[in-house]
Amino acid sequence: MSRTARVRLFLCAAAVIAVAYTLACTGLPHFGAAVHPYGARAVGATLKQRTANTISSINFDQRAFDTLGEESILLGSVLGVSALLRRTGSEREARPRPVRVLPSTSLFGVLLLPVALLTGVYIVAHGQLSPGGGFQGGVILATALHLAYVAADYRVLRRIRPRELLDTLDAVAAGAFTCLGVAGLVAGAAYLQNVLPLGTFNTLSSGGLVPVINAAVGIEVGSGVIVLLAYFLDQTIGTESGDGGTEPNRPTDRDEDSPCPT
Amino acid sequence: MHVLPYLVSGWILLVGMYGLATSRNLIHAVGCLAVAQSSTYVLLLSIGFRRGGTAPVFSDVPTGSVVVDPVVQALALTDVVVGATVTALLLSLVIQLHKRHSTIDPDQLNGLRG
Amino acid sequence: MNASDLLPLAVAVPLLGAAVFAAVGRLLPRLASDILATAWALADLVLLAVLWHRANGRTLTNWVGGWRPHDGEGVGVVLVGDPIGVGMALLAAALILAVTVYAWRYFAEPPSGHPGTFPALILLFEAGMCGFALTGDLFNAFVFFELMGAVAYALTGYHVEDPRPLQGALTFGIVNSLAAYCSLTGIGLLYARTGELGMAQIGLHLADHRTDALVVAAFVLVLTGLLVKAAMVPFHFWLPDAHAVAPTPVCMLLSGVMVELGVYGAARVYWTVFSGPGGIPAAAVHEVLVTAGVVTALLGAVMCWQQRHVKRMLAFSTISHIGLFLIGVALLNAPGVAGTALYVAGHAGAKAALFALTGVLLDQYGSVDEHTLFGRAVRLRWSVGLMFGLGGLALAGVPPFGTGLGKALTERAAGADLAWLPAVFVLTSALTAGAVLRTAARIFTGAGATPHDGSDAQTRGDHEEPEVREPGRPVPLPMLVVPGLLLAACLAVGLLPGLGAELARAGRLFTDRAAYTAAAGLPAPAGPAVSATAGAAATGTGWTTEGVLLGALSGVLAAAFAATALWGPNLTGTTVRRLGGLAAAGSRRLVLPLRRLHSGRLGDNVAWLATGIAGLLAAFTALK
Repeated sequence: MSRTARVRLFLCAAAVIAVAYTLACTGLPHFGAAVHPYGARAVGATLKQRTANTISSINFDQRAFDTLGEESILLGSVLGVSALLRRTGSEREARPRPVRVLPSTSLFGVLLLPVALLTGVYIVAHGQLSPGGGFQGGVILATALHLAYVAADYRVLRRIRPRELLDTLDAVAAGAFTCLGVAGLVAGAAYLQNVLPLGTFNTLSSGGLVPVINAAVGIEVGSGVIVLLAYFLDQTIGTESGDGGTEPNRPTDRDEDSPCPT
Repeated sequence: MHVLPYLVSGWILLVGMYGLATSRNLIHAVGCLAVAQSSTYVLLLSIGFRRGGTAPVFSDVPTGSVVVDPVVQALALTDVVVGATVTALLLSLVIQLHKRHSTIDPDQLNGLRG
Repeated sequence: MNASDLLPLAVAVPLLGAAVFAAVGRLLPRLASDILATAWALADLVLLAVLWHRANGRTLTNWVGGWRPHDGEGVGVVLVGDPIGVGMALLAAALILAVTVYAWRYFAEPPSGHPGTFPALILLFEAGMCGFALTGDLFNAFVFFELMGAVAYALTGYHVEDPRPLQGALTFGIVNSLAAYCSLTGIGLLYARTGELGMAQIGLHLADHRTDALVVAAFVLVLTGLLVKAAMVPFHFWLPDAHAVAPTPVCMLLSGVMVELGVYGAARVYWTVFSGPGGIPAAAVHEVLVTAGVVTALLGAVMCWQQRHVKRMLAFSTISHIGLFLIGVALLNAPGVAGTALYVAGHAGAKAALFALTGVLLDQYGSVDEHTLFGRAVRLRWSVGLMFGLGGLALAGVPPFGTGLGKALTERAAGADLAWLPAVFVLTSALTAGAVLRTAARIFTGAGATPHDGSDAQTRGDHEEPEVREPGRPVPLPMLVVPGLLLAACLAVGLLPGLGAELARAGRLFTDRAAYTAAAGLPAPAGPAVSATAGAAATGTGWTTEGVLLGALSGVLAAAFAATALWGPNLTGTTVRRLGGLAAAGSRRLVLPLRRLHSGRLGDNVAWLATGIAGLLAAFTALK
């Protein structure tokens, strides 16, 4: 099919879809309407479980099975990326060159790294109380570590980022989520049932199983994202093709956007 | 007016699909897929909106407050993670494809036809 | 722990296995890794078999996290294991086990530095398929659908050394993800209308409104994701591209069960959500899906016949069979569902065996091209060749293969509906089987004229990246035993007494919306119980003379097609020449443009996806 034919076909189809979808939208409840039966029930169940953050209660308690599937997608993606971005026969490891960085940039990095890490841990730990949780905190933890790359260079990042260990940690956290579900069965209840003591509302130990799963998810997301980024960075910086030298159109360690000449 | 947010979501979906249909760069195509996906966030969140509602987190508001629908927010969160991981997977395929084919124009890939 | 607790465990066990392999896989020696993977696959198969046995034809329900509904209102996710759902999970687990054993000697070298990745991905795939088959919650189904998808994209592109798998995997990934997001949009619309996510709950609440544009749009959008996975025309373009290039063990899974899960999902969603008042009228669904099924079956068969790349040929034959399954399900009655279930089980055995045997060719000759392999595999004719031929006959539905029984039962149900439908079954299964028999005869016996094909609009199967770099080694035993066992299983499906009757009961339960709703702990739906009684009268569960004859007819036709392709070019005479000219003209006018449409381009794929959605929207709006 030629490009023109393709675009015409698509536009005709899109017109039909647009009309049908617009008609469908007129049948929806008005934007901002007050009736949300499932939402109301979920809020009730959250308070009964003494969890302050409804979203966390839904994700890690009421509909935890969704989250189990979703964490498995993350594990699958990490495994998939590690298989797809493996070094093939003609590639070998490159030695990234040291890069000079402005002292002010380094200083900022050194100061910000602990703050960012602490923020991540805080957000994971307070997932059942305040906005945030395992996903959000995990991503903050993972990106915080990459301050080392921004403020120093790739070699420093590699030193503080044990990829093999994090790979294992990711898998262990995913396995822990699955096993936590079995705890319910062992206690004579249902799979993934919240069988831990619920604690006092709006305290760090409230919510029963929610903070535990939350922590497992935080570890999994954090290590998973670090590992994912590691494979991608490794492709750009840490690999060279077999015929010597890096590939022509691939920047080596921040050739292009390095803040100062190397 | 009361359906506008829903229509915006449909528009984003179609724009993403148009980008995919006409893309000349696979990285751009993966980006278009993310655009198409973001239509689902817009749809879910606008369905859950409640006039005058606050965030469904009861650590600093009284437990009887009017809140927006938390279920769609949880779904959107799940959706975001799914989208991010699938994007990573697709981008890694693009990287390898570029190495083997030295092109990432989807219209120049002719290995599979008939 | 009661039987219904096995439902979440059927998902959790492979997930745990995947985590174990991801964590310690790199420390295990190859042998230990193979043994552990097999044991794990076996464990889940046993678990599901126990579940099937304990359920004993009833529907089991499990509220994950113990969130049982009160007065029909709840917040949790429900898993529903009716015999068809558990059966699909069982089928997936059986194929996973077969694939694990097959892969023992298959990847001579696991990716360097990442041993354990392949079994971990396979187990995640299993968890995705089981979760999708067993869930009774629409959003949960989306999550497991995406799990199944994400793992499948990675597995399809596993051979990164070759550009074609990457291209196939990328098209597969983008098209299927896009379709899944359409499904999610549909789920969002349904949530807005009903305020529910459980399938049975949504179905109940749809009755509060009449059928309007919103319901139609939601139905079409939700179905899009499932039918793209099922590769219904015109959503099918990704499938041959992905199946032709994926590693052989992955092809066995994709063709054997994943694609069929798309049809299963569509049927499940229709019955539990849309079959009641306020849903989609049965007549509309019947009409649209039967039409789509017929088109899919015919197009798949025609394209299958044209291929010289053996894996691509098998992929198109899967599309053709999917068309037949769609017809069976779209009859919207219990015999149709029961027949299709049996057909799917038989087809899984036959198709997985054929892919496994193609893997042997690739292993031994580094090619899966029918023309370049012409007469080269003569030394394998009594082992691989024989099984390949038998697989072809099984694909045709020759008795007593399970495909034959499934085809016969589905045909009978279809014939009771529209008298000409069985002809579609016979013709398409004969054409796809004929292509397989033709290939077998050429590759393993060198029969007929040397094939030549001037057309350039096609994918060749030579210059394949061999999956194992050890030319000249004898065929590893698991690679012969597994296809043999798969064919035996296909035979067993046709011969096991009582399986047909059991599936007939399962079909009645599957189409009984009231029973499903009650099992999910909800009040019975309003409106008449439509399908529970409708098809119950015409139950036959075993072989009949008519079925045997139609199966035999397919087989004879398949042989005739193959013989014509092999020896037709050698014949002389005016009539023959005239016929040959006619065939060539037909091929040039009709088939060649069709083949050109299969360009393998991402943009075309997306344009066709949009066209398909628009077509479904128009059709259902007109018929609602």
